[in-house]
Order: sequence, then structure tokens, then C-alpha cells
Amino acid sequence: MALQSLDITRRSATTTPAPSVRQTTEVAKLIDVSACIGCKACQAACMEWNDIRDEIGTCHGVYDNPMDLTAKSWTVMRYAEVEQDGRLEWLIRKDGCMHCADPGCLKACPAPGAILQYANGIVDFHEEHCIGCGYCITGCPFNIPRLSKEDGKAYKCSLCSDRVAVGQAPACIKACPTGALQFGAKEQMKHYAEERIHDLQSRGYQKAGLYDPPGVGGTHVMYVLHHADQPELYSRLPNDPGISPLVSLWKGVAKPLATLALAGVALGSLFHYVTKGPNEVSKELEDELEKEDAK
Amino acid sequence: MQVTRRQFFRVCAAGMGSSSVVLMGFSPGNALAEVREFKLTKATETRNTCPYCSVACGVLIYSLGDKSKNAQSRIFHIEGDPDNPVNRGTLCPKGAGLLDMVQSPNRLKFPEVREPGSTEWKRISWDDAMARIAKHMKTDRDANLIEKNADGVTVNRWNTFGFLASSAASNEPGYLTVKTLRALGVVALDTQARI
Repeated sequence: MALQSLDITRRSATTTPAPSVRQTTEVAKLIDVSACIGCKACQAACMEWNDIRDEIGTCHGVYDNPMDLTAKSWTVMRYAEVEQDGRLEWLIRKDGCMHCADPGCLKACPAPGAILQYANGIVDFHEEHCIGCGYCITGCPFNIPRLSKEDGKAYKCSLCSDRVAVGQAPACIKACPTGALQFGAKEQMKHYAEERIHDLQSRGYQKAGLYDPPGVGGTHVMYVLHHADQPELYSRLPNDPGISPLVSLWKGVAKPLATLALAGVALGSLFHYVTKGPNEVSKELEDELEKEDAK
Repeated sequence: MQVTRRQFFRVCAAGMGSSSVVLMGFSPGNALAEVREFKLTKATETRNTCPYCSVACGVLIYSLGDKSKNAQSRIFHIEGDPDNPVNRGTLCPKGAGLLDMVQSPNRLKFPEVREPGSTEWKRISWDDAMARIAKHMKTDRDANLIEKNADGVTVNRWNTFGFLASSAASNEPGYLTVKTLRALGVVALDTQARI
């Protein structure tokens, strides 16, 4: 294996252990929903840096554009109008890959090396190895990856692994004009989030908090939410995300069992061959059968 | 093709056996994995100012090549300038998408003139454009400059002319713009950024 600029901790469909001696800083993106003005600079910067240009869509009467993530839109702004206690709130959330510590996409992926997790926490897709099965979409608790209609491969946010590898912040974070997006060591981001949450609480948002769901082992994209008790308000951000039990059933139990069954069949056949030998047909029986065929 | 019963079993057994072996993890995998190469490593970096609004954010423009004689440079990436005190690296969505404005087929790339009564835009050189504008300004100023008002106070107003300054101008060009135009007596002075 080549020595990468970012150390790999996990590869999809691979059982050999990854090198784990070098310790690199765990990074995270913090999205402060309360500071976001929904300008979409992050969306534009993402497309620009990653050399992707989505099709020009049509207006659906709302600010969401495009309406959903696509293979060419790795991050989209979702605008939710929420009425609570007689107050209208405009909750804007930047949607995209959460870079889970326990990535469902990687666990579900059957193509070796198509999905990687780096030591710094980034979960990256390697489209050259992608077989386009779409299992990553099923495995993702946040419904993020999208298959491209052009090449049949899955795409999603890479947290600009190419920028992070050379010590730069992702393109979206660099662009953000209000500072709603922050990037740094995960530790640091948690401290910053605490400050923001404290500030929000002092302004009347008692339930403000950090979204770093433990169901997926924590994420490397975290949110500061003013209503941390109700993440669903923010365009259906899952309350308690976790990898579907079907993924662990398939990869954890069913696959080894099937392998065992196959190995058993192979071993049984070998024993059968050694003890019984090939099926010999006696000369008499053969002659008899030939006679029958002749009739 | 004629396949005997025995051949059929052989093919099946071989296929089953090899797929089982692969499933059990005996297949050689190509383990190469690499993050995308950082695309700006040897690009030419040029400082500039975003042309859109009066905030005048600093941008870094990255172009192909190292300016050597035979390399035709072409802008392929633009991002915020972290050393610019105005935006410290950040950009708005329009600024973040500047690259597509630079490369747009609809972008105006040279001076054009539409003569009075004509419907056609005609391409002219920068020298011609400057000379033409200067001549028009001189003619108009000579005809319309108000040197004194009704009370006889010297005012030197040139009310028939307006100037739209560049939004990309920072403090120093802005100072020079105002100084030059006010010296000419221009009152209607504004900046493109406010459109």
C-alpha cells in the first residue's frame, strides 16, 4: 500500500488491519445553525473546489436549490419554517455527510477500498473502486450518498480530504462569511460549541445543545442547534441515528454463516471424495443403460 | 456447443469453488487508496479584489502554469484571501462562484460602443475608448460647467456628467477617484457597488 497523505483506519470490505501507529489530529466541522444566514456560499464553494456543476434546476417556490443532495451537489441548504408556541422560526440547516465515527456506508459497502475512513475522522469515497450497488445509501443513517446517473457511482462530501491533507480547511468552511461554519480539531470544536451553546442559553434558548449523535459513535460534522431536544425540526435531522440492524445482520451474522456453509460444503465434498471416491458405474449397468437408450 | 453431463458438473464445481475461495478472503485486492491530489500546489497565485460589491473582498486567483513563455495561463480556481482584512478568506455565494463569472461566455471582455442611432455594439480598442470618453467629457464640461452661482459665489459645478466608480476599488483608488472627479467639478459620483 502506498503511504497516503492521510492514514487510513478502515477500508470497506477489508478484514486486514490498517496501520495505526501514527497519531493524527481528529478533525471536525462545526455547523452553528444559529449563525447561519442561508446564503449558500458553502454550496457554491463546494461546487467550485470539487469541480462539480449540478444541472440548473427550476424554482420550487422555496429557497432550497437543489431540492435534494445529488451526485453533483454534495451539500445543500435546507430551509424549514417551524411554528412553535405562536412563533415562526426559520431553521436553516446545511445538509451533507456527517463523517460518522462508525460509518454505516462503510460497513454496508461490499467493494474493497471503495469507502475509507482516515485517522483524522474523514470518511471518503473512492469512486474508482465503487461498483455502484448503492448499499452505502441504505447503510447511511442520514441518507447522504447519491448515485450518479452518468457513471453509476456513489458520491458525497469528502470534507475536502485533499485540502485537509495539506493542512487547509474545507472549501465550505473557508468561504462561510458569518462564521457559522468552523473547522479544527474535534476537541477544539466541542469547546467552541460550548461557548456558543452558553451564549444561546443566555438568550433564551434553554434547550440549545450540540448534535454529536452517539448512535454512530459521534460525528466529525457537528451541529449547534437552538432546539437540540428536537433535531427533527431541522428538516428531519434524525433524533437518534444508528446504522440499520439489517446492515449488521447481513455483514455481522449472515455473511460469516454463509461463508461457513460454503466452507462446510467444500470440506464435505472433499471428505466424500476421499472416503467414497468418484461414482463408478459398472460395465454391466452401462451396457444395460445403453441397451435401454438404443430402444 | 455440446456439453456432457460430466463437463457441466466440472464447470459448476470450478465456479463454485473459486467463488467460495474469493468469498473466504483469498482474493488479492488492489489496496491503493489516495486522497485527491491538492490541485493548487504549483499553480500561479494572484491577489485581486472581488468585482461584485462595495465590501471589496480580497480573492486569490489560481491559474494554470508558472507564467513560463509557452504555458498559456488559465484561471481554474478562485478563493478568499485570508490576508485581506476585509474578508479574511471568506466569500459570499457570488464571490465563491467567481470562477464561473470569469469563464462565462456572456462576460464582457473588451470595450464596445453603440453609436447614436445605431442598434449595433461595435468593438473598439482601449485607447480609442479612453480617447473617446475624454473627448466627450471635455466637450460637455466646456459647455456646461457652472463656475459661479446666482449669488456670484465660485462653485465650479459640472452637473451634466455622472461617474460610476468601480466596486473593486479599495481605499487608495477610491481616494484618487474622488479627488480627480471633484477636481473636475463632478457632483453625481457613485459606485457600481450600489446598483
